[in-house]
Amino acid sequence: MSGARPRLQFDKRYLAPILVTMVLVVGQITFGFLESWGKTMLAIAAAIAIELVLGKLFTGKLPHLASAYISGISIGMLVRSPEIWPYALCSAISISSKYLIRVDGRHLWNPSNLGIVAMLVLAADTVAGLSVQWGNTLLPMVTVWLFGAVIINALGRFHITLTYVVSFLAFAAVRAAVTGHPLIAEAAPITGPMYQLYIFFMITDPKTTVRTKQGQMLTVVVVAAVEAALRLMQFVHAPYYALFIVGPIANLIEIANDRKKRAQAVAAA
Amino acid sequence: MTRYAKPLLAVVFVVLLATPFLMRHFGPRAPVTATNGDPLARYGFALTEVAKGAGIYFQHEGPTLDPKLNHIMPQVASMGAAVSIVDVDADGHNDLYVVNSREGSFNRLYRNRGDGTFEEIAERLGLADLNQPETGVSMGAVWGDYDNDGYEDLLLHRWGKPELFHNDAGTSFARATDVAGLPPWANINTAIWLDYDKDGRLDLFMGGYFSEALNLWKLADTKIMPESFEYANNGGRKYLYRNLGGGRFEEVSDSVGLSSRRWALAAVAADLRGTGYPDLFIANDYGVSELFVNEGGRYREVGRESGVGYAPKSGMNASVGDVLNQGKFAIYVSNISEEGILLQGNNLWMPTGGTPKLPTYENLARSMGVDLGGWSFGAQFGDLNNDGFLDLYLVNGYVSASRNESYWYDYSKVAGGHEVVISDAKNWPAMGTRSLAGYQQKKVWLNDGAGRFIDVAQMVGASDRYDGRSVALGDFSGQGTLDVVVANQRGPLLFYRNEVAPGRRWIAFSLEGGCTASSAAGTCSNRSAIGAQVEVFWNGQRQIQEVSGGSGFCSQNQRRLHFGLGADAKVDRVVVRWPSGKRSELTGPEVNRAHIVKEPV
Repeated sequence: MSGARPRLQFDKRYLAPILVTMVLVVGQITFGFLESWGKTMLAIAAAIAIELVLGKLFTGKLPHLASAYISGISIGMLVRSPEIWPYALCSAISISSKYLIRVDGRHLWNPSNLGIVAMLVLAADTVAGLSVQWGNTLLPMVTVWLFGAVIINALGRFHITLTYVVSFLAFAAVRAAVTGHPLIAEAAPITGPMYQLYIFFMITDPKTTVRTKQGQMLTVVVVAAVEAALRLMQFVHAPYYALFIVGPIANLIEIANDRKKRAQAVAAA
Repeated sequence: MTRYAKPLLAVVFVVLLATPFLMRHFGPRAPVTATNGDPLARYGFALTEVAKGAGIYFQHEGPTLDPKLNHIMPQVASMGAAVSIVDVDADGHNDLYVVNSREGSFNRLYRNRGDGTFEEIAERLGLADLNQPETGVSMGAVWGDYDNDGYEDLLLHRWGKPELFHNDAGTSFARATDVAGLPPWANINTAIWLDYDKDGRLDLFMGGYFSEALNLWKLADTKIMPESFEYANNGGRKYLYRNLGGGRFEEVSDSVGLSSRRWALAAVAADLRGTGYPDLFIANDYGVSELFVNEGGRYREVGRESGVGYAPKSGMNASVGDVLNQGKFAIYVSNISEEGILLQGNNLWMPTGGTPKLPTYENLARSMGVDLGGWSFGAQFGDLNNDGFLDLYLVNGYVSASRNESYWYDYSKVAGGHEVVISDAKNWPAMGTRSLAGYQQKKVWLNDGAGRFIDVAQMVGASDRYDGRSVALGDFSGQGTLDVVVANQRGPLLFYRNEVAPGRRWIAFSLEGGCTASSAAGTCSNRSAIGAQVEVFWNGQRQIQEVSGGSGFCSQNQRRLHFGLGADAKVDRVVVRWPSGKRSELTGPEVNRAHIVKEPV
């Protein structure tokens, strides 16, 4: 043990919550894009409360709340509903799924992705997705992109975001060729704030992505491919559905490989 | 971890997933199921569509704009069906003016013979052949007696050149546009008459949709669309024409504070604060609504501070009504709601007090049950069953074409894009024959008087699925029932005759302002009495209504104010507040009849 004083270290787990909070503040202050502060706060509070209860119940200790906070704030921004209850319900489904749907100790779906898909499918009469824009100027979007890139890079996950964006644009070109629609129209969705949340928080979630860098990049290429297919079938919420489909499959493949390796190691021993 | 935690969580999880189903079927918004019961007995009224039987054969046709827009023509050329109610010849019967929008098509004026049938007289009066590429095509019409001669004059607004026609004693019309000094070209989607400066002469507000710089038949390029789905400021300008007398008007919008380039689709003027001056509410597409408070003839925009101008939506209607019988006006704005895609929800802005300088509102559409109306357009308040509470009739549906193919995906893809994408029509995917929010069920929301509305459209007979745009309410039979007229885009004009259950009482008021053609400015109220308020007190209740120079979407209700009273009702007193500031009071007026009230001079 050295005699040097321990340096004050910043917990990187706070980086993503800081970024998502920045998205919320920029979006709300500049354009007022929330349904309401109350609904967003409800989503956050519900996610944190349920995380505390289930974390204590299932692990015996209080969990770190960064993940629940990100889930709650994402739901608070991405879910659009004139009702109040869908915000709490979506958070409850999201956080509960983390503790219920596990294979070899890993949860398979990004919690907020699962929650939002559940709401879009089961409560379509009450819930829609975020569809507003960053106003008429590129500045807020560029700001979020720059900060997002820096923070996600600091977390070592920018390659996931970049791969997805490149894939999205490539598949947009494919879709434009197939449909005959302008390329700019096919690329248009990625300019909206919904995609900023999607590419910085959902597809990069450390707990629900595979471990290897190549695997992570391959996964989001497949996500973009499935999204493109769904878009060709005119699914409005294609990105959510694509991640919902591909994410757990990628995780299950990795889990199966892990099992296989463990079995081989046991056999070799 | 306890032994039962995971199974218990599984059960909870299933319950969570089932919650939307449970809320849908057993929650407070569970749909009212259709019954075979008699709507007269159950709801107190029934609607029967009788247009053809009454002699109304009208089919709206849409315009064909510049070929550069061909790939999205159904979406762009999606407005123009409009109807307004007027007593054109001052014979005491409500007549109907309905506009068309195909180049070369005719507008129609259906004169009420008073026996349940109508005769078409637009051609005879020179009000039919008004849609040409050189002049533009009709979007709507509003009526007001701008020279106080006792006959309602016509303002026809177009995508193109607005026109003012003077009513010569109900027998002919003379074009008065040039003397009035109206703009040579403007793409107007809302116009209303109001007396904003209380000088006894009707002024004219017009709100632009597309920029007035655009001739939609001769486009230089395709950059004509909104720059944003929610924050667009590249729409048409606003016009406020101050009536100078003698048929002359002066454009004063900038000098009185009415500067906006939002995409206006609907406007309504009413004295929302009890100041005696008409405030102005504008529902804008692609953005927030605007509320201009009238401070002695100057306007100040207070939308954001008042609460109504915070969340950007797709405003397509503006109408006011005292929905809770409190003596205060709520404002109803229609927007877009499509399950799973876009749930803007309509707004019912209920007054929450504030100050005379700054009124405040809260959107209670959700809790009162009038938020989800599909791709909503025109809506009007009126007591359809004469129970003493204002009901709400809403029409909807955007483009009904193919029943199997929808444009929603492509629409949402581009609408969510950045300015450079959305603002250029060439970036919008071809629409083909696809529908966009088509074939929608209309809403007839019955007010229970306790803060809830229920939709009874299908049960009372409002079962059409046309692309409704404009709705107007009026008593065409003089029997004390509000009939409903609906103008449909590329569809027929519908005339719903209303039958109200026996025993429900009513009272109505036809007001006449004291000004005449020779009156000096500022001494009396405009002859049409636009802006006059009537408050009826009966059976411990009160309800206020105001004579309007246009409301809803491109429409105008009957001039007469109709109050349902419920069974066995007696009216205690009636207070009339004239725009001039004068006041009339009637004590114990007879019910089940229309009263003519003239401003005291």
